Amino acid sequence: MENYLILNTLNFPILSTLLILPVVGAIVAMFLRSETALKYWGLVVTLITALVSLPLWTNFDQTTAKYQFAELRHWFPALDLEYVIGVDGISVLLVLLTTLVMPLCVLCSWTYIKTRWKEFIIVTLLMETAMIGVFVSMNTVLFYIFWEGMLVPMYLMIAIWGGARKDYASIKFFLYTFTGSIFLLVAIIAMYITTGTFFIPELMDHTYSFTFQVWVFLACAIGFAIKMPMFPFHTWLPAAHVEAPVSGSVILASILLKMGGYGFLRFCLPMAPAATLYFVPLLLVMSLISIIVGGYLALGQTDIKKLIAYSSVGHMGFVTLGIFLLNDAGIKGAMLQMLNHGVTTGALFILIGIIYERTHSREIADNSKLGMFMPIYVTFLGLFSLSSLAFPGTNSFVSEFLVLFGAFDKYPVVAAISILGAILAAAYMLRLLQKMVWDDSDGHAPHGEDGEARKRKLIDCNMREFVQLAFLTVFVFWIGLNPTPLLDIMDSSVAHLLHQIDAGSHLQDAVEQGSGHHAMLENAGTWIKNLF
Amino acid sequence: MNTIITSKILITVLIPMITGLLVMVSGKKPNLRDSWSTLGAILTFVSVLSFLPVIQGGDQLQCTLFELYPGVAVKLNLDPLGVIFALVASFLWILASLYCVGYMRGLDEHAQTRFYVCYAVSVGAAMGAAFAGNLFTLYLFYEVVSIFTYPLVMHHQDEEGYAGAKKYIVYLMFTSKAFLLPAMIIVYVLAGTLDFNSASITAGIFPADVDHTMVVIAYLLCLFGFAKAGIMPLHNWLPDAMVAPTPVSALLHAVVVVKVGVFSICRVMLSIFGTNILADTGMGLLTAYFVSFTILTASVIALTKTNLKARLAYSTVSQLSYIVLGVAMLTPNSITGGLVHIANHAFAKITLFFAAGCIFVASGKKDISEMGGLGKRMPFTMVAFGLASLGMIGVPPVGGFVTKWYLALGTIDLHNWILLTVLLVSSLLNAGYFVPVVLKAFFGKPLPADEGLTSSLEGKPLIMFMVVPLVITGALSVLVGVFPNLFLDLINLMVKS
Repeated sequence: MENYLILNTLNFPILSTLLILPVVGAIVAMFLRSETALKYWGLVVTLITALVSLPLWTNFDQTTAKYQFAELRHWFPALDLEYVIGVDGISVLLVLLTTLVMPLCVLCSWTYIKTRWKEFIIVTLLMETAMIGVFVSMNTVLFYIFWEGMLVPMYLMIAIWGGARKDYASIKFFLYTFTGSIFLLVAIIAMYITTGTFFIPELMDHTYSFTFQVWVFLACAIGFAIKMPMFPFHTWLPAAHVEAPVSGSVILASILLKMGGYGFLRFCLPMAPAATLYFVPLLLVMSLISIIVGGYLALGQTDIKKLIAYSSVGHMGFVTLGIFLLNDAGIKGAMLQMLNHGVTTGALFILIGIIYERTHSREIADNSKLGMFMPIYVTFLGLFSLSSLAFPGTNSFVSEFLVLFGAFDKYPVVAAISILGAILAAAYMLRLLQKMVWDDSDGHAPHGEDGEARKRKLIDCNMREFVQLAFLTVFVFWIGLNPTPLLDIMDSSVAHLLHQIDAGSHLQDAVEQGSGHHAMLENAGTWIKNLF
Repeated sequence: MNTIITSKILITVLIPMITGLLVMVSGKKPNLRDSWSTLGAILTFVSVLSFLPVIQGGDQLQCTLFELYPGVAVKLNLDPLGVIFALVASFLWILASLYCVGYMRGLDEHAQTRFYVCYAVSVGAAMGAAFAGNLFTLYLFYEVVSIFTYPLVMHHQDEEGYAGAKKYIVYLMFTSKAFLLPAMIIVYVLAGTLDFNSASITAGIFPADVDHTMVVIAYLLCLFGFAKAGIMPLHNWLPDAMVAPTPVSALLHAVVVVKVGVFSICRVMLSIFGTNILADTGMGLLTAYFVSFTILTASVIALTKTNLKARLAYSTVSQLSYIVLGVAMLTPNSITGGLVHIANHAFAKITLFFAAGCIFVASGKKDISEMGGLGKRMPFTMVAFGLASLGMIGVPPVGGFVTKWYLALGTIDLHNWILLTVLLVSSLLNAGYFVPVVLKAFFGKPLPADEGLTSSLEGKPLIMFMVVPLVITGALSVLVGVFPNLFLDLINLMVKS
């Protein structure tokens, strides 16, 4: 087991600290009474967690695909269960994303959340532990515990602090993701029965029969596709986003959706490589549908939050598209797209929260003509909208470019279709921007409000809001102009992953059964080329 | 040719951006704000000028800022083609910034700070496009121009402004996402890099055994992707974007925006694809015929327009295609003719727009039919207008003549009588829509309401802010015809290599 790991050499167990800190914070929060104390306590705990996570960035060894900062303790000897955690190039960035986004979640709730601050802080902190746990678990049981552990705090967050239809949205969220989890549990148990281990790297190295791989792949993929969410499993997302409080939306968009992509990369691809190759055409088609349907639905929304929620479906489509291209550019692009979506869409939800606190409406029409009153807000809105539509020089452009490059290299037809999603992204974001900043519908303020009343209500961003947005702006340009450090971190792990797929794909029956679909895609490519 | 690595060229792109910031913070003090604009413009021009001797010496300046992915970087590279465009655009910005003061204050326009900020950043992005060292950088600045000119087009914020601006952004964003982005990726897949080949205009950047079908696809995607060039059928945004205030139309839609489009097409043809591969695949001649259609059709449409700005807009569509036509013919003479037209058209067209705006501010007239007798009341303006239109028609010795001379030589080199005919017919059409305006102004009868008014309209101080720049540009449009060597020598550096 140790061959897969590089045990933690820092002078403290960094990953365990990251897991325990928020829990301890939550326990202390139980004894705090004043609302202000709770707010600051939540902020301090998340900030300390973020600080503690920074050595993951500075001390990361890019030359190896092994799991680093690893910790191994015996836990449940009867079942051969170990408490084993570690990160590699695929998960480390997601852990950092989580720890860096969480302080923003507390900050953006500062005045948005009006009731039950104690519960709010406890839920938020438990959520943080669960999310970090998912990314660092090296053991399927541990993974599953954290995976399920996220569900309850998120459910509570929507159900307690949500909007008008919170009951519907929270139940829908719970049922959808829980259904997915059950399939995942089945796959985990099936793999344990076959191999006798829960340790993820060993599960990856085991060669399963093709039929077994197909079932494992399907069981896992349904769980991850729901989480992602991929068409046709996406319908819970707009409901959850619209009803969730601002921090719930930020957590959902920035981190929760990434679990699906992470799951594909951690489970489906390395554990069932032959099945992956077999299902590539299906998943590429589903990704394309997600990209186009997400963009198309976003185009028709009048609710800002719904619009961004549907845009997430489209963006996540690019992630799965990149993953199932199974080449270097595609997977790196998908990884980067996950981070970028976390930054950009997180910021957009914070922006929506800011305006909702002022106008108490999420309708575009009620939030129009902001340019006159809130220049700073509008500048940030413009910036993150451009980032969302993959404007060159911003973060999303790099990931979209990589995914498209990977696609053109392999299946030009797929790439050509996905361009449609890029066009739609520009269309709905510019439409939103135009309507919110200027609005051409008519010359009057919404609902006949007079200018003075509006001016009183629409106060520009305060320092707290400015800091959150400025912090994320740094990442927009940093990743947009200098993504090399991030790509370098992924490099060894992605290479290792591609090697695993390659090695596992030699199953004879898979090649035979899979070839039909591949030939179809490749033929489509040559057919289009012959047209010219 | 040596490539000198220096971060100095960054200055030219940064000055306009910093100007934008300074304008923004001094929004409450109009005089200070407007001085920043002019100062920024002058400094930008001086910075370009300071690089001119190096470029004339046959060297190039280069600076890589960020590497995104191997072969994809934000990289600036100043070569003769870039320096021509940068010189023209930055010089005209100085005059335009003076003209803006007169126009915007003369009409008491709203949101002037936003206007000047966007104006400066747009020019800065155009500088970036001129200096771009690879396709990604070009694309980056091309898009920045689109975004920052959008508020300028909808400046009036009325129904017409919104409609025009919407059309503008839809055309530009759609084409760049739908065509340019895939084109860039195909180029990257085929060549493994996006860097321009700035040493030679013949070789391009593709390996010798490249798949010609894919190259043709990439080329066509580029041609339609740069919709700012106004090549039909993607020209429709241009006339509608003329709802913008006239200084915007003048600088941005005669010089910066459309020229960024045309410049990008020329750049891609010469530095990405190279003339060899365009000739081998037959794309050069195909493009030439294709843009000939635009040249003729746009001129015919211009004839039918009675609104002066609309007529100028269609004239722009037509004239821009001369530039592409010249490069597409792929002979040294024709390329010279095409590229020199970037400068010639800029000086002449900005004069025409400045004049149109000046007439509007001074007399409130937009329609050509109302302009009878105006020559007597606005002599300087109308003389400059007359000179610039001679340039557009191509009468010696005005700038446009040089263009048409080289273009005609190109058609003769190719023995292509069809293209020569296109040139001649289009010149007649040019004369057809410009001469009546001038004749009307000097010899036409004034409207009954204006009968008997003889006082000069050019005397007011604010109007002088507009008249002086347009007289200068009018004079320059003649001078670039009499002394064309500055630009011709620069182009020679490229064509001969």
